[in-house]
Amino acid sequence: MSILASNFAGISSPNPFWLASAPPTDKAYNINLAFEAGWGGAVWKTLGEDPHPVNVSSRYSAHHDMYGNLIGINNIELISDRPLATNLSEIRAIKRKWPDRAIVVSIMVPCKEEAWRTMLRKVEDTGADGIELNFGCPHGMPERGMGSAVGQVPELVEQVTAWCKHYTRMPVIVKLTPNITNILQPAHAALRGGADAVSLINTINSITGINLDTFEARPNVDGYTTSGGYCGPAVKPIALNMVSQIARNLDTQGLPISGIGGITTWHDAAEFMVLGAHNVQICTAAMIYGFSIIDELTDGLTQWMRNKGYQALSDFIGIAVPHITDWKYLNLNYKTIANINPDACIGCGRCYAACEDTSHQAIQPSIYKNQKIYSIIEEKCVGCNLCEMVCPEHDCITMIAQENKKPYLNWTQHPNNLMCEKKIEKVTA
Amino acid sequence: MRQKINFSNTVTDNNYYFDDIEPPLTNKEAMEEASRCLYCYNAPCITACPTHINIPNFIRKISTNNLQGAAESILEENIFGGSCARVCPTEILCEHACVRNTHPESNPVKIGLLQRHAIDNLQGEYPFTRKSDTNKKIAIIGAGPTGISCAHKLAQLGHSIDIFEKESKVGGLNEYGIAAYKLVDNYSELEINKILAIGNINVFTKKTLGENFFLDDLLDQYHAVFIAIGLAKSKKLNIPGELQPNVLDATCFIHTIRQHQVQQNLNGKSAIVIGGGNTAVDVTVQLKKLGAGKVTLAYRRGHQHMSATLKEQQLAQLHDVHKETWFNPVKIAPLTNKKLAVTFDIHIPETPKETVTLTADYVFKAIGQNLSTQPLFKNNQNILSVQQYRIAVNDNYQTSLPGVFAGGDCISKGQDLTVYAVQQGKEAAENIHAYITGN
Repeated sequence: MSILASNFAGISSPNPFWLASAPPTDKAYNINLAFEAGWGGAVWKTLGEDPHPVNVSSRYSAHHDMYGNLIGINNIELISDRPLATNLSEIRAIKRKWPDRAIVVSIMVPCKEEAWRTMLRKVEDTGADGIELNFGCPHGMPERGMGSAVGQVPELVEQVTAWCKHYTRMPVIVKLTPNITNILQPAHAALRGGADAVSLINTINSITGINLDTFEARPNVDGYTTSGGYCGPAVKPIALNMVSQIARNLDTQGLPISGIGGITTWHDAAEFMVLGAHNVQICTAAMIYGFSIIDELTDGLTQWMRNKGYQALSDFIGIAVPHITDWKYLNLNYKTIANINPDACIGCGRCYAACEDTSHQAIQPSIYKNQKIYSIIEEKCVGCNLCEMVCPEHDCITMIAQENKKPYLNWTQHPNNLMCEKKIEKVTA
Repeated sequence: MRQKINFSNTVTDNNYYFDDIEPPLTNKEAMEEASRCLYCYNAPCITACPTHINIPNFIRKISTNNLQGAAESILEENIFGGSCARVCPTEILCEHACVRNTHPESNPVKIGLLQRHAIDNLQGEYPFTRKSDTNKKIAIIGAGPTGISCAHKLAQLGHSIDIFEKESKVGGLNEYGIAAYKLVDNYSELEINKILAIGNINVFTKKTLGENFFLDDLLDQYHAVFIAIGLAKSKKLNIPGELQPNVLDATCFIHTIRQHQVQQNLNGKSAIVIGGGNTAVDVTVQLKKLGAGKVTLAYRRGHQHMSATLKEQQLAQLHDVHKETWFNPVKIAPLTNKKLAVTFDIHIPETPKETVTLTADYVFKAIGQNLSTQPLFKNNQNILSVQQYRIAVNDNYQTSLPGVFAGGDCISKGQDLTVYAVQQGKEAAENIHAYITGN
């Protein structure tokens, strides 16, 4: 068995890479291509009640950085706009053709027990491996009381989850919306409702840009747009944070998490998994590059696991969680200082401009081997990392931890902390 | 239809024109190239530019689709930003200083081509206005980049300017002396029309100092005089046989090509070009493009001493120009078949001296120019101080004569490049302004 073999909340797949419920998983044709390429599983694009929704023309818009790189996508496409029966028969056929792959069906119906019961019966009949409750879709469907309108009300999350657990034998994955202040609230609700797993994040409310000639936004539907769902590389840090919060929380830790949000490379996937995701779901990267990226994803993760000596995914899932803590437990006596390697410095001065104008004036121009370079004024450096981040050269600026022989000291122990908080010596996993 | 002569091909019939040696960037190429700029602090490219164009600033504006703003930033510092983008040896100036050069596998940002992209896409007039009239008049002698740059700055300051130019067109070396593939078509003329659109600048062509007018006349009528006459007199080899018909001045030859007066291709004729500077290379490459056969670049010292930049030397090599170094010409003799026999002493250091004779249809002299020896004053007295064959000036571009300023190639300051000429014209204008307004 491959070292990438995955078991997510009882659903097995040859690798932990699933296609997320989204346009690429709308029909058998696409999913067939994906499985031929090697994807481990797919979450079928959300099924709703008949009559099926209709979609608008012009559906996505791009967020490019200043130099034209695509860093995010906004999407206003609704759930599946095909008849329910068509989807159900294709799901059945695909599962028969690809028995080793995970087929999870995303569902969104009104918050009525009977609606869920009916839909669950039909989905279970296809032979699908599990269901994902779409409580996250931020565009269109919330106006009809579904999608993120449910995900933002913990009581509804709990109620619907409980119905699903009651009416189906299939594992229930609750997909969470990030359009909420505290992700732990719906995660707790899903847990209380008996969820087998959560998946996150769904897309984030967004408008990607405005045309400054017409003052219309994109995607442009006859001169208008609506708030869309934002995804792609730019949302990864938000998703990682939310995944880590659920993985760290004492109540929710151990709840299987399907990590979603801007995963583009094996590296991104590994980061989600070490922060507690049991598998990952991908959409935007496939939409940008096509299904063939699965080879890079599986191969990259395999090579890394071999290098680290891991035999199975479980060897590293959640391994980074203990390195996330609350601010108040960070060691205030830890000191790191930037160091500029004069041989690697090309003299661009970006570190200087950043530090001089916006930080601590800890960098100075200097001369080295007759070249204009920059160097650190160590006594002024607070170790903020900014210079290291803006430096265009690899191996030029490094942050070096200082040996200062001072003991661990956190904010709860600090004399400046006047709140009578319980002093905590050290928090370790 | 006229045939374009671009980088790789040469003339095959009698209808031709020179195309850009380096084609302009497309919008997509410009965006990609602009993204390579690191937006350095205190950027070395700015320091390396004689006119101190804020290069990272204009490149960032290109990145943000603000080509108009980019062009204006360039012209603010260098009113000849369009021609400098084409003719500057960026490989020894801004692009040489680019921090991207630090890695041997990396190329500098193509600053010259980006500058051209910005200027070529400028919509409408050059964005400059005149201050209110000062009623001060300044005479400028020479309508090359130095004179025009000075005139433009003075016009901005509210003065009135009369320019006297000996040729029939303005532009100086931009019009008559730059290799045809660097400034194609009538770019020089178009650019100067845009510069002169600021107004209050009158140009009088076909007026040669020392023939049609004298400094004495100007000193009576103007508050100040600026001399920007360049170097009009080609240096001589001072060897026997130099005066034969097919021994030509490189600058005259380029002048002729640029004015489209060479109408036949060279049908495999051979040539020897004597010199080691960029002008010598310009001649060799243009000869090859015009269909010449064997073209030899003969330089009296080693290739490391050549003033032609490495990029120019490579260009000659790409055009199959034979380079001979340590070749010192001693005699040119006519042969019966109308060819010329040029005898060289070969002086390679620490090796025995040899003598070699090469034959060719033409010999071109590209060994530099000196100041014109025309009299400046009516009574035939030259009372301007001269230093190393150039007009002597102080740091403020003032000559030995009060009210008379000089700049550009005719003074002994900076290198003989358009970009230095522009900067000197600009700086001289500020000094002339201070002189006539007492500020």
